[in-house]
Amino acid sequence: MSAVWELSDVTARQGARVVLSHASLVLEAGEILGVLGPNGAGKTTLLRGGLGLLPLQGGEARLQGRAVGDLSEGQRARLVGYLPQERRVGWNLSAARIASLGAPHLSPANAMQVGRESLARVGLEGFEARGVLDMSGGERARVLLARLLATGAPLLVADEPAAGLDPDAQLLTLELLRAEAERGAAVAVTLHDLTLAARACDRLVVLHEGRIASQGPPEQALTPQVLSEVFKLDGSLIDTPAGLTLSARRLARQG
Amino acid sequence: MSRLSLLLCVALTAVLVLAVLLGETPLSAAQMMQALNQPSSPPGEVLWSIRAPRAATAAVVGAGLGLAGAAMQGLLRNPLADPGVLGVSASSGLGAALVIAFGLAATPGAIEAAALGGALVAGLLVVGLAARFREPETLILFGVSLSAFAGALTALVFNLSPSPVSTTEVLAWLLGSAANRDWADVARTIGPMAVGAGLCAYAGRGLVMLTLGEETAAMSGLPMARLRTAAVAGAALLSGAAVAAAGVIGFVGLAAPHLVRRGVGDDPQAALAPSAVAGALLLTAADLAARMMPTEQELKLGVVTALFGAPLFALVAWRAARSWRT
Repeated sequence: MSAVWELSDVTARQGARVVLSHASLVLEAGEILGVLGPNGAGKTTLLRGGLGLLPLQGGEARLQGRAVGDLSEGQRARLVGYLPQERRVGWNLSAARIASLGAPHLSPANAMQVGRESLARVGLEGFEARGVLDMSGGERARVLLARLLATGAPLLVADEPAAGLDPDAQLLTLELLRAEAERGAAVAVTLHDLTLAARACDRLVVLHEGRIASQGPPEQALTPQVLSEVFKLDGSLIDTPAGLTLSARRLARQG
Repeated sequence: MSRLSLLLCVALTAVLVLAVLLGETPLSAAQMMQALNQPSSPPGEVLWSIRAPRAATAAVVGAGLGLAGAAMQGLLRNPLADPGVLGVSASSGLGAALVIAFGLAATPGAIEAAALGGALVAGLLVVGLAARFREPETLILFGVSLSAFAGALTALVFNLSPSPVSTTEVLAWLLGSAANRDWADVARTIGPMAVGAGLCAYAGRGLVMLTLGEETAAMSGLPMARLRTAAVAGAALLSGAAVAAAGVIGFVGLAAPHLVRRGVGDDPQAALAPSAVAGALLLTAADLAARMMPTEQELKLGVVTALFGAPLFALVAWRAARSWRT
């Protein structure tokens, strides 16, 4: 299998502060990678730097073997679909129109068709004509997810797609991303819910203060030591009938 | 063509016909027939050399302002944006004020050239800023300061102006008017307006994508840098040409997109063409009102648009606020 997305020794700054330092990872087709870490650990910077949205101070990001910087905007868009954390929508466009924006390279009629199909996949059939600003936050998040799915890109990158969603919608979101992985896409998501991440992702990358603290299958990436050092949690992942579950409590502050 | 555009076009045609038929000089039915059959007859002169070019100027300027307003609101994702938001109109007004203050107003085309020049200088500055700073809030802040600076320089021109005559002239020009325009004026305006309109139309798909924010747009595969530049340059050219043709006229660029927004499902791309027609309609109607109002001295166009535009706009805002969403 070839790498769809490859970061090698990537370093990025925000102003004078180094927010990502010497990060390397490889993402292959058909797998879901969870990017974890406390607030400010560098998750979003990792995604943005890796996609060429942020200049890198060092290292290299490659999409299907080609340096991100060498790709034209059109070439990059055919390789990656990106769902940013920011869910603000400027105008009250219809749900179908928003979803259709995932396929701007198609003719308007075809893009609308793809948009409507994606809306149906996220469970918003019948909501096509509804204005996104007239929807609840959860519904709007699903419309934006539909736009991501409409890209049909070989790499899907979603920054906190589960934030602010009810448990059912969180599970639906990750099921849909799993379906994308099964059709052969590579998927990268940042998540805060460690149980959700452990169950839904094939591999995890844990960031701590801009560095990769651990990386691997959930049990290996989220060891009690990582939970304690990175997340300040006292506990571990335990195997339950429902899947891996985080059992932990807040580590008592020392000193 | 959508029903909305059709409706606006019909209304615009009706107002244009009225603007040619109605005027200070009342014409009898026989004179009207003569005017229509013989354009070179005295009544014909009134209709085709005085009223028609004036109405055409108002329509073209209104269309430019409406389109520029729609492009700015789309680019900045802000329903309060108007063609003046980036400081282009104020800079354009400054150019004209300078020419008048230096006593060059009598030179044919000097005011227009200076106004367009002011708009182009400001436009280039804003295009440069827009390429460097992507956040709409930043651009708006730069626009506000550019606007204030150009306004201050215009006030300085008043302040240092040696003769009260030129001050009055500058003020009269700044208040905006479509009076005494001929077909050559209309022709001069249409060139830059057409280029500006083309740029805005090209930028349309980028404006829709910006609805989802800068990052999604940047990853969408559209050439966003080019589309943003086109939107800013197009709006600058349109508002500059508008100021050059008829002075500084407020509210049309702000209100026109709001009139059509609901009809186009809030789509910033689909709003462009109807906003232009709505702008033409508003300004032609305002100019007709200015001519028909029984005042001692004819009201200035900028005064009429602000006088009627402000309450009308408050009404539109009121209606929008009832369905306001976060």
